Amino acid sequence: MILETRGIGKTFGSVLALREVSMGVAAGEVTCVLGDNGAGKSTLIKILSGVHQHDAGAYLVDGREVRFASPRDALDRGIATVYQDLAMIPLMSVWRNFFLGSEPRKGLAFDVARARRVAREELRAMGIDIRDVDQPVGTLSGGERQSVAIARAVHFGARVLILDEPTSALGVKQAGVVLRYIARARDRGLGVVFITHNPHHAYPVGDRFVLLNRGACVGAYGKADVTTQELTALMAGGAELEELAHELRRE
Amino acid sequence: MTVAADERIARVGVARRLLVRPELGAVVGLVLVFAFFAVQSPVFRSPDGIANWLDPAATLGIMAVAVALLMIGGEFDLSAGVLTGTSGLILVTLATRFGLNVWLAMLAGLVVALAVGFANGLVVTRTRLPSFIVTLGTFLMLQGINLGVTKAITGTVQVSGLRRAEGFEAANAVLAGTIEVGGTSFRVAILWWVLVTAVATWVLMRSRAGNWIFAVGGNEQAARAVGVPAARTKIALFMTTAFAAWLVGSILALRYTSVQANIGIGQEFIYIIAAVIGGCLLTGGYGSAIGAAIGAVIFGMADKGIVFLGWDADWFTFFLGAMLLLATLANRLVRRYAEEVRH
Repeated sequence: MILETRGIGKTFGSVLALREVSMGVAAGEVTCVLGDNGAGKSTLIKILSGVHQHDAGAYLVDGREVRFASPRDALDRGIATVYQDLAMIPLMSVWRNFFLGSEPRKGLAFDVARARRVAREELRAMGIDIRDVDQPVGTLSGGERQSVAIARAVHFGARVLILDEPTSALGVKQAGVVLRYIARARDRGLGVVFITHNPHHAYPVGDRFVLLNRGACVGAYGKADVTTQELTALMAGGAELEELAHELRRE
Repeated sequence: MTVAADERIARVGVARRLLVRPELGAVVGLVLVFAFFAVQSPVFRSPDGIANWLDPAATLGIMAVAVALLMIGGEFDLSAGVLTGTSGLILVTLATRFGLNVWLAMLAGLVVALAVGFANGLVVTRTRLPSFIVTLGTFLMLQGINLGVTKAITGTVQVSGLRRAEGFEAANAVLAGTIEVGGTSFRVAILWWVLVTAVATWVLMRSRAGNWIFAVGGNEQAARAVGVPAARTKIALFMTTAFAAWLVGSILALRYTSVQANIGIGQEFIYIIAAVIGGCLLTGGYGSAIGAAIGAVIFGMADKGIVFLGWDADWFTFFLGAMLLLATLANRLVRRYAEEVRH
């Protein structure tokens, strides 16, 4: 395991946002964190990415306990987070965005030629088909933007990629594109933590599944132990769905 | 560098690439305005005429370029116009009333100008107040200081007599002199303007700071999230504008050897208008230094051209307003075309 939590918890005042959550991700594997709204997914990512600090349990990276003071600390350990509202500037070109904040230098200048070339190569290596790295990010589709953000994290040495609902705002086809890049990142040996509320997106690409509900872990499964249907049922609370179906039935 | 073949790039084509340049609207405007005046006035298109309208373009252009950088960075500076007056007043007052060497007096003006720029930047980045309000405050305060201090020292609303100050000749030659080119004398300010535009363009397009400027104007939070020093970038931009104000204030003070206490008031909007004509968005994150310089040329042409045609100079502001509206519309079209989302 590159990254692991043991019985991790977080309280905000009197609110128990997260209790006793144990999960982990190994290199070349995808761990899916599933849960409905308010299940504690964002609290968990924020702890993993160094935005918040846990106040119970242990957070381990490479088997050693850590406590990140800031997202920068997490990044320095190779843990990169791609948030839903991406850190990208729509009016700037793909290559300018790709290197924003870490521009390659040549003397005093920003090595523009290298930035263009590397951005193009890295995107291609991830199998991302961008027409032209000079086009503004605003002209890319949602899926393409997610993909560029993933490629950027990979290029800057991420070992663990935390993806916060990367497919939730996307259409079926676009979501498929992003799932393909998740698989590609996995194949390159990265550990991926994939947060989603859609079991249909999680199941095809995931190796492990961690289910959250009301801030607690309600199940952890390997791929062999569970099916998409079971995941869906577990997530929504199967009984609740049946009840709903009953309620909605025509009299 | 050769781009590996992608059949779709050809379709995007050269036309689109040119169209998405922010300065396109300004270039079109430049050609039209030049043609309009040049056809009707032989003086306008003569070398003397060109030297004549390049002069106001130069002093305005230096400011417009700096203001454009600031606007690309997502902020305004309404105190920039009055600050040219403050810098000039400090220069002339120190040199004539306190016997300072002109160069030293200029240095003092520079220190004050940079301090004002730093203060503007610091207040804006610390408080997150709109720079429009913060610099409006600075603008009014400086306006008061300019008048109050000048009156207290001289008893009038102007300081003059810079010609007699020590070091005037040299400073005047460097900043306010003229150069002969083919029998026509051009103001040396034109060279400063070209230099400022070239440096600004390099910074914007070919330096890390340039990337940061676009980023803090485009989406400050996102920029911060990837490690861009947003506050430092913005403070530096305010100080750049202040530096430009000092340069222009000094050029004008040396040229006229006297400064009115109310100089520069109202100019701040002209700078912003020139930058917008040059392709800057009011919302930040997009624009060009060359565009702002071209916007300034359009101004210079209109300013002098109207006189050459023998029209009433009052028509200038009408022209200004019309240009601004047209430019903003053109920019919006270009930006929509550039940003058009493709799935």
